[in-house]
Amino acid sequence: MRSETVAVMDENLENLVDMNNKKRANPMVTVHPIEKGEINKANSIKIRTQDLSVFYGATEALKKVSMDIQKQAVTALIGPSGCGKSTFLRCINRMNDTIPGVCVKGKVLIDDIDIYQSDINIVTLRKIVGMIFQKSNPFPKSIFDNVAYGPRLHGISDKGVLEDIVEESLKRAALWGEVKDRLSRSALELSGGQQQRVCIARALAVNPQIILMDEPASALDPISTAKVEELIHMLKQHYTIVIVTHNMQQAARVSDYTAFFLLGELIEFGKTEQIFEVPKDKRTEDYITGRFG
Amino acid sequence: MRISSKTAQKIAFSFLGLAAVIVIVPVIVIFAILIQKGLPAINWQFLTAMPRMGMRAGGIFPAIMGTIYLVLGTIVVALPIGVLAAIYLVEYARRNWWTRMIEVAIVNLAGVPSVVYGLFGMGLFVIFLKFGASILSGSLTLSIMILPVIITASKEALSSVPRSFREASLALGVSKWQTIRYVVLPNALPGILTGTILGISRAAGETAPILFTVAAFYLPRLPKSIFDQCMALPYHLYVLSTQVPNVSQKVQYGTALVLVGLVFILNFFAVVIRSYMRSKKQW
Ligand SMILES: Nc1ncnc2c1ncn2[C@@H]1O[C@H](COP(=O)(O)OP(=O)(O)OP(=O)(O)O)[C@@H](O)[C@H]1O
Ligand SMILES: [Mg+2]
Repeated sequence: MRSETVAVMDENLENLVDMNNKKRANPMVTVHPIEKGEINKANSIKIRTQDLSVFYGATEALKKVSMDIQKQAVTALIGPSGCGKSTFLRCINRMNDTIPGVCVKGKVLIDDIDIYQSDINIVTLRKIVGMIFQKSNPFPKSIFDNVAYGPRLHGISDKGVLEDIVEESLKRAALWGEVKDRLSRSALELSGGQQQRVCIARALAVNPQIILMDEPASALDPISTAKVEELIHMLKQHYTIVIVTHNMQQAARVSDYTAFFLLGELIEFGKTEQIFEVPKDKRTEDYITGRFG
Repeated sequence: MRISSKTAQKIAFSFLGLAAVIVIVPVIVIFAILIQKGLPAINWQFLTAMPRMGMRAGGIFPAIMGTIYLVLGTIVVALPIGVLAAIYLVEYARRNWWTRMIEVAIVNLAGVPSVVYGLFGMGLFVIFLKFGASILSGSLTLSIMILPVIITASKEALSSVPRSFREASLALGVSKWQTIRYVVLPNALPGILTGTILGISRAAGETAPILFTVAAFYLPRLPKSIFDQCMALPYHLYVLSTQVPNVSQKVQYGTALVLVGLVFILNFFAVVIRSYMRSKKQW
């Protein structure tokens, strides 16, 4: 069942571009991104930004950021408030497009496809790039309907298939055991940490390849936070994860790579151990050790 | 001499209380008089029979049905247009001089006296579009009159749906229209309905807009199509009170009570939906 649904759900990256003349991949034979990832370990850059700048009206919130984000790894974005972490994150699924007056310059490449080129299909892009928000935002619907929301609107109506997707997604979000007996209850009755994992399951249900997380644990208690962190650790086998966090320990615990932003600039980017143990830039060191104004 | 703050507070409170009483008293008095003088007239025959003897006896059935037809016609026309306009303004239109002009137009539309709508409806629907005096013309006229109410209420309801819901849906690769259709509208629906019902209940009680566009002076049968004239409660009441000599007070007050009761029921529905919405709202 699941393999079938995966075939239906899976958006091949080539479909990103609305190609009329070019050959379209048969959706029934697309390879699941997980397998694809294992085959192409050599080419391990999933997201690449080139001189990415973002302007909110006249203010430049992001200044020429170039960064290569590894496939199936966790990349943490750290930096003081207002340094452009969320702005950077929201460029990757073009969520910034929904804000009037935003201007994006430079390039964002996902699997070498420029997602800001004019014929890109934003809806397809956002199926491939999922997002988890700081404040958990489940819909005022049942747990089941929350998780099934994306697949349903993407055309899956078979009840059995939907049930499989919901179960699989909740399992991946490490929530199945806690909610399997009350899938028809409102998601808003859950605890904050559970709500956030419903949101994660909801994102996983559309079978993304990349998951963006904007301070996903900042509103959670330590136990829920630990659960979410554990979850992130598990998810990176399958997904490319970019996470914004204000918590240095968290960045050190969950991430493989860390990027330090300051006033819209990417100051330093590298392996997490290197950033935390031997930062090259004085400002990075100051921020990490808490000696920052 | 200085008044102590306690006395000042007492004085302030009594003024506030007085203001509240001034609001309530007329409502109670009106209802009391209507019920006292009108209730004796109301019986099954009064509600379901045709008027007889030049409307001095018999029932007011065609007027009740006429008002119901007009209300339904108005809902059918005004609700979709109002909601679609609100969706356009809230979800799609960029803020510029064009949308500001639309908003100014809506505000002004709300301030136009109802008799002007009546004349406008006569000019446009009855004469120019040749719909004649008919349920169609009347419903269209009433619709235009209550569009501002529906648009304003719908806009408010749509804007109160949290941005985070929209973002969550968009981030799942759901298109903007689907997001509006499946997340925004369901959550805005109670607010939209409340506003619509309040608008409709105003339309149900208006005389001026239907005067030239639909209302029949005396038509002791039910309309057969939307191109027929019909009787309507507010106009019937006006006729009974001023145009027909020797109508018993009982019949006049009975008609008034039915009209107020109808409006009251509509408003009651609006209140029920609103309180239901409050109890369900969890964000
Ligand atoms: N919608 C917006 N309109 C105008 N300016 C904005 C908008 N969103 C963000 N900015 C500005 O862009 C800059 C970067 O904001 P951003 O939200 O990316 O910061 P951040 O690093 O995520 O901060 P935080 O850690 O507080 O979430 C800030 O100076 C902010 O004021
Ligand atoms: Mg942020």
